[in-house]
Amino acid sequence: MMHRRELILEALGQALGLEDLQESIVALRKHFRVDHLVYHWVNSAGDQYGCGTYPSDWVQRYLDQDYLRVDPVIVGCYQRFHPVDWKRLDWSSKPARSFQADAIAHGIGNQGFSVPIRGPNGQFALFTASHHCGDMEWERFTESNRRDLILIAHEFNQKALELEPGRKPEKSRNLSPREIDALTLIAMGYSRAQVAEALTISEHTLRVYIESARSKLGALNTTHAVARALSRGLIIV
Amino acid sequence: MIRYVYANDLNDFPRLKRTMFQDRADQFKARLGWEVDIDDKGEELDEYDGLNPLYVIWEKPDGTHGGSMRLLPTTGPCMVNDHFLNLTDGVRISSPLIWECTRFCLSRTAEPRTAAALMLAGGEVMSGFGVEHYVGVFDARMVRIYRMIGSSPEVLGAMGTGRDQISVGLWSFTEQARLSVAEKAGIPPETSRRWFNLAFGDLVTTDQPAQRIA
Repeated sequence: MMHRRELILEALGQALGLEDLQESIVALRKHFRVDHLVYHWVNSAGDQYGCGTYPSDWVQRYLDQDYLRVDPVIVGCYQRFHPVDWKRLDWSSKPARSFQADAIAHGIGNQGFSVPIRGPNGQFALFTASHHCGDMEWERFTESNRRDLILIAHEFNQKALELEPGRKPEKSRNLSPREIDALTLIAMGYSRAQVAEALTISEHTLRVYIESARSKLGALNTTHAVARALSRGLIIV
Repeated sequence: MIRYVYANDLNDFPRLKRTMFQDRADQFKARLGWEVDIDDKGEELDEYDGLNPLYVIWEKPDGTHGGSMRLLPTTGPCMVNDHFLNLTDGVRISSPLIWECTRFCLSRTAEPRTAAALMLAGGEVMSGFGVEHYVGVFDARMVRIYRMIGSSPEVLGAMGTGRDQISVGLWSFTEQARLSVAEKAGIPPETSRRWFNLAFGDLVTTDQPAQRIA
């Protein structure tokens, strides 16, 4: 049986328009039980798109005040690729502090975790979870959810790129013969040790091939990846 | 000390930057004979240095480069997927949980512990950012060095022979490997953590945000 997170990702995978992304992010926020989840992208032409659960008056205020220029999350993540806890960012300047006070007053929360994503041709996106709580509680949340937040962030971006008008499908998401072999054997119920032996690779290498296939399939774990590959007819058991 | 610097911040460390690219020229062109481009300043840079990679650099007390490596996400353009698919069984290794580590370089005058210090820093990046593996391209000389510091990669494939051999390998850090490289580097874990926080920010408390802002 599939877990809630995977079901939401299934729905995201079938999104036909940007409004479906909004539906997915609302469902994910509820599932993660945080105050907000937001996905925001900018491409090289300067076009912006966002979806998420921030209140509309905050979104409007952000645009009106041109907060993009002072927001330490944007400043700290732009052109980079490591995920950040907001506490690590530089909030020391006066504009940054008043921006933070304003954000908290609008219910954005005092805690945040943002995943920057570098897409093709200068495209840049951020996927953020924010919440109002103490440091300990936030640390527990990020520790247990960091991996999934990173994976979901990239899935959102993948989907948003696919929905961009005039975009050609990416060849890099195709599975290689070795990845198909690995998933097929796992789907047949072989243990990792047996699969590695059959493919004459180490288990360590197998783990990386499976991780690579999982990422291309937009799945959260191996079982989910196998289910996706089967349902798309990429592997036959 | 270890510095973690994105390419677009390298100008804040002009001496470190210049000596790093010069040491790379010395290692990859002069000593290994790789077909790399050297500019008129005697520095070695390639197209991937233009993608704003994250450099992990051992800075010597005089501010010059002792050793370094270059990190890039495998979800974008990277050497392994662009040039070495023949060494990975045709598998395009692409995941937000796997980063690429290339241009592992040691200065001629590097202290022996430099390689271990860099591996220790690689472990900080992994635990700090949720990276589960590195995939990397390395030369034959490094095989022995990695083994010496207790951080041998799993070789996926190799081409060439002898000192001309180039390999693609995988690293994944266990806690034990981490302790081992920390010991070999002679760097206490808390010092290593402090250098990481210096680059990426401390986890400053926000428990009383209202008071802090006021």
